[in-house]
Amino acid sequence: MSAPAVALGKDLTGLEPLSATQIALILDTAGPFKEVSRRRIKKVPVLRGKTIVNLFFEPSTRTRLSFDFAEKRLSADTVHVAPSDSSVTKGETLVDTARNLEAMQIDMVVLRHWSAGAAAFLAQRIPSNVINAGDGAHEHPTQALLDLLTLRDHFGRLEGLKVCILGDVLHSRVARSNIFGLTKMGAEVAVCGPRTLVPASIEDLGARVLDSVEDAVEWADALNVLRLQLERMRGGFVPSLREYNRVFGVTRERLARAPKPLLILHPGPMNRGVEIDSAVADGPHAVILRQVTNGIAVRMAALYLLAGGAPSAAESKAAAESS
Amino acid sequence: MTSAPPAVLMDGDEVRRAVARMAAESLRALDGAAGLVLMGIQRRGVHLADRIGRAMAAEGREPVSSGTLDITFYRDDLMQIGPRPEVRETRIPPAGVDAKTVVLVDDVLYTGRTACAAMKELTDLGRPARILLCVLVDRGGRELPVQADVVGRAFRVAPGRRIDVLVPEVDGDLGVVLSARDAA
Repeated sequence: MSAPAVALGKDLTGLEPLSATQIALILDTAGPFKEVSRRRIKKVPVLRGKTIVNLFFEPSTRTRLSFDFAEKRLSADTVHVAPSDSSVTKGETLVDTARNLEAMQIDMVVLRHWSAGAAAFLAQRIPSNVINAGDGAHEHPTQALLDLLTLRDHFGRLEGLKVCILGDVLHSRVARSNIFGLTKMGAEVAVCGPRTLVPASIEDLGARVLDSVEDAVEWADALNVLRLQLERMRGGFVPSLREYNRVFGVTRERLARAPKPLLILHPGPMNRGVEIDSAVADGPHAVILRQVTNGIAVRMAALYLLAGGAPSAAESKAAAESS
Repeated sequence: MTSAPPAVLMDGDEVRRAVARMAAESLRALDGAAGLVLMGIQRRGVHLADRIGRAMAAEGREPVSSGTLDITFYRDDLMQIGPRPEVRETRIPPAGVDAKTVVLVDDVLYTGRTACAAMKELTDLGRPARILLCVLVDRGGRELPVQADVVGRAFRVAPGRRIDVLVPEVDGDLGVVLSARDAA
């Protein structure tokens, strides 16, 4: 059996550093893992004896659960650490925490942190594999991967697909990872939201800016509706929730004007009646729960691929010769 | 890369005859057991299992279901081999493998590790009444105490050399070839 010529390397800190081939490798590998989750005994001995620490400096329910299920279905031993905000400051303490964990002979760290760049910072300083489960407003690679997988499952391709990311793009690591991933895979990306929540620099990442939901509905094959983070209200980014829903809410009436049915994605948790109406969220074109199912599969794939490490020079040569 | 061209050990017709014989032998060994399931081991075992299934149908006895098994997750060297091998589809028959007679099909039996991994995976999927191991080529060189119930043909092959089974679906040709370079 031959190893594929591509490998992920030690860490998954974002989609920006990955090539299209590496992203495709993760998506392709997720397929067999979906099957594992449908088995009666949902467990394979892939990471048996590996210890994984889920280090969550920010609260999270579904990402944490999803990683936990993925790790357990691969037979890894997992520990959750959620340092209380008071006991942790920044930078050096993160490394100290991780070094203490390293001293307990762990193999992998899944890191959720409020600070952009935290995962890459940690990855350079510890020998364990590091997976970014969200770092500030920077990246959330596994969320984007599950979005890509859900889109690819539905449309059969990513190339040429038009995806519009709707909502709070400014604060969204999900938006950034999606833009990196989708553009690398040949999809077209647009963003749409209140001007206060769409950074001016977004076009530099290869995304176009659409001014209204009407324009988005007209243009796109799929809408990725981001959660309006309610804490942004206090920041004065949006005048009121009702106002936001009136102008940027994804409603049945707005979708009815689309030239073709649009696939609706949402990373959750949803604010029903704010960024998305219930009729849409529960409608026939929403794939929100399929995203959740796919999330476990892409995380299993990423964990599996990272545990293999980088190819040695000899192996890369052999792979190149045999292909 | 090898300098000498690979030697043909079995041509297409010889493989076809071997497959027909394997189908007949498997049915004889099973002696009318109920709930026959054919499971091909990825990758070429899957295509051989298809052929054996068709040969069984020609004998008047069709398997009740079929499936495929990718044993990658059960490899005992998974943590040593570096970058992950490509994982292919595992397709479990809808009715499962509980109380079924499973005919496990692979192309080459060598160290016995693949067969062993396949049996571990099968027994994690359920409790088959019986498992029969059916291989096109037995090349010797076992590292585990495993033996096949049905063998297409046995060859004595030195450890440094490699045997490849070719199937049209993957390789465009049907046959068995021997080359100088080992699989490792």
